[in-house]
Amino acid sequence: MTLLTKESAASTQEKAHKVRSKVRLREHLMGWLFVGPFGIVFLALLIAPLAYAFYLSLWQKKLIGGISFVFLGNYVKAFTDPTFLSGAWFVIRFSLAAIPLQIIVALAMALILDAVTTLFTRFSRLMIFLPYAIPTVIGAVMWGFLYSKSFGPLSDIFGLFGATAPDFFSSDLIFYGLINVVTWQWAGYYMIILYAALQGIDPALYEAARMDGAGKWQIALRIKIPLIAPALLLILVFSLIGTLQFFNEPQILRYLAAGTISPGFTPNMYAYQQAFGLANFTYGSAISFALGGIVFVCVYAFLFFTRKRRSFF
Amino acid sequence: MTGSSGAGARRRPQRHLPLQIFLGFLVVYFLVPFWWVIVNSSKDAPGLFGGGNTLWFAEQVDYFGNLERLFTYDGGIYGRWILNSTLYALAGGIGATILAVMAGYGFAKYRFAGRRFGFSILLGALMVPATALVIPTFMMFSGLGLTNTIWAVILPSLLNPFGVYLMHVYARDAVPDEILDAARVDGAGEMRTFLTVAFPLMRPAVVTVLLLSAVASWNNYFLPLAMLSDNRLFPVTVGLGLWQGIASANNSGSTSLWSLIILGALVSVIPLIIAFFTLQRHWRGGLSVGGLR
Repeated sequence: MTLLTKESAASTQEKAHKVRSKVRLREHLMGWLFVGPFGIVFLALLIAPLAYAFYLSLWQKKLIGGISFVFLGNYVKAFTDPTFLSGAWFVIRFSLAAIPLQIIVALAMALILDAVTTLFTRFSRLMIFLPYAIPTVIGAVMWGFLYSKSFGPLSDIFGLFGATAPDFFSSDLIFYGLINVVTWQWAGYYMIILYAALQGIDPALYEAARMDGAGKWQIALRIKIPLIAPALLLILVFSLIGTLQFFNEPQILRYLAAGTISPGFTPNMYAYQQAFGLANFTYGSAISFALGGIVFVCVYAFLFFTRKRRSFF
Repeated sequence: MTGSSGAGARRRPQRHLPLQIFLGFLVVYFLVPFWWVIVNSSKDAPGLFGGGNTLWFAEQVDYFGNLERLFTYDGGIYGRWILNSTLYALAGGIGATILAVMAGYGFAKYRFAGRRFGFSILLGALMVPATALVIPTFMMFSGLGLTNTIWAVILPSLLNPFGVYLMHVYARDAVPDEILDAARVDGAGEMRTFLTVAFPLMRPAVVTVLLLSAVASWNNYFLPLAMLSDNRLFPVTVGLGLWQGIASANNSGSTSLWSLIILGALVSVIPLIIAFFTLQRHWRGGLSVGGLR
């Protein structure tokens, strides 16, 4: 009797185990079935090109003697190449100026739109977001028109006050001209993300703060901004990655600002010129990879910095 | 007009007038380029360069003449560019969305071997600059004979790691395991459970990812610029860039091209503006997902 029950218990346990492992196997299989198609694209179009770029970057094309293996020689060359270094320095400087400006503008607009709800603010929200629907290339073309001396409105507007119009294509002002273009392009998009985050906050928190005597400014600074910090962080990281890869706008405005924007103005433009202008794919790949390294370092430095800071407060 | 501190200085009914005026200035700033393009695309070349008011219409408003010139210039190449852009945006957008929805759901709802590892690779990939991939992808495609074909633009657009991340977060929170288990108990297969139970729950995020991927394809410039040499395959971004280059290079000889570029810029932004405004209700819900967590 006892033997029998023991035996049957063992067999049911075995059965259950079998069923469970079958379920487990099924789960593995289904998981891979769902992730698989993306995984293939991911391997073929991200991992493989990255590996290939790295491989390419280890070779050097010489005028005489064809292609030779130089190991990290291209990277030594890149990090001592004044064109690459000045391009890299430009995008870092540009990020430090443009990103805080965009975020501050976006945050201010999101806070206003969150606090005031009228027909006009709803209309404004859409209009401010509008530039995001515009390809960056078209945005650059549009601002190129506005900056243009021959048909832009700047000379008319400044003429009204008897002043000469600033030339945003000059080497002194191109930095600010480009900052204006990217702020116009992206601030509305960031505003929408921050606005969505603000709308997700429980209004009861404001009520409680008001009871405690907090004013509108205090609510904004002490409650709203800390609560949307994750959204702010996300925007900062993505805009940092995007801005360091700066390409479209200067590439388009290059035609109008002849002489001011050189082919090596940003690292990406330099890589493009090396690869497609001079057919030097090995050095072009090395520059792309070096830029990727800079992006990684900057993002990690930023994340490290913000994490440290948060633990201090 | 700062509020005086007298009795009854609280101006509730005015709804923060200073803030709204400030907002008004910002709206003007964001709309100025559109206004300039709308006004100046109505002008012909003499009107454009004649030194009239650059922020107001010329005496002769000639949209139809300009539109006709735009769509017949160089054998109607502009129309082709718009169609190309539409094809790239739809194919890239829909393809990337299908892949992202499936992968995001898979990562969120199945505990399979390699899941953690795969997902951390995915998170790392979010930081890979997309443009770093253009040169090696070009080299690989040129080995396969794919450069200068539509696939050279469509295939790389299928990759959207951020879309997978967004779908993962959304599927994790919006699709309860209990509902999926209930469907399974009722005898629905995994695919049917996904399509009939999970997919409808994920719809806001699906629309968001679709819109973001399609916009990314439509806006793409570096990739098609590198991949394509036949200007009949260009998307409108690369095409207008080409015209801009030609027009700037010989400023005097191609003044008529400038009015085409201006109208071309205006026409090219209309489809996306319409898409954004009509789908507004859908994507706004999805956008907050990526931001909040």
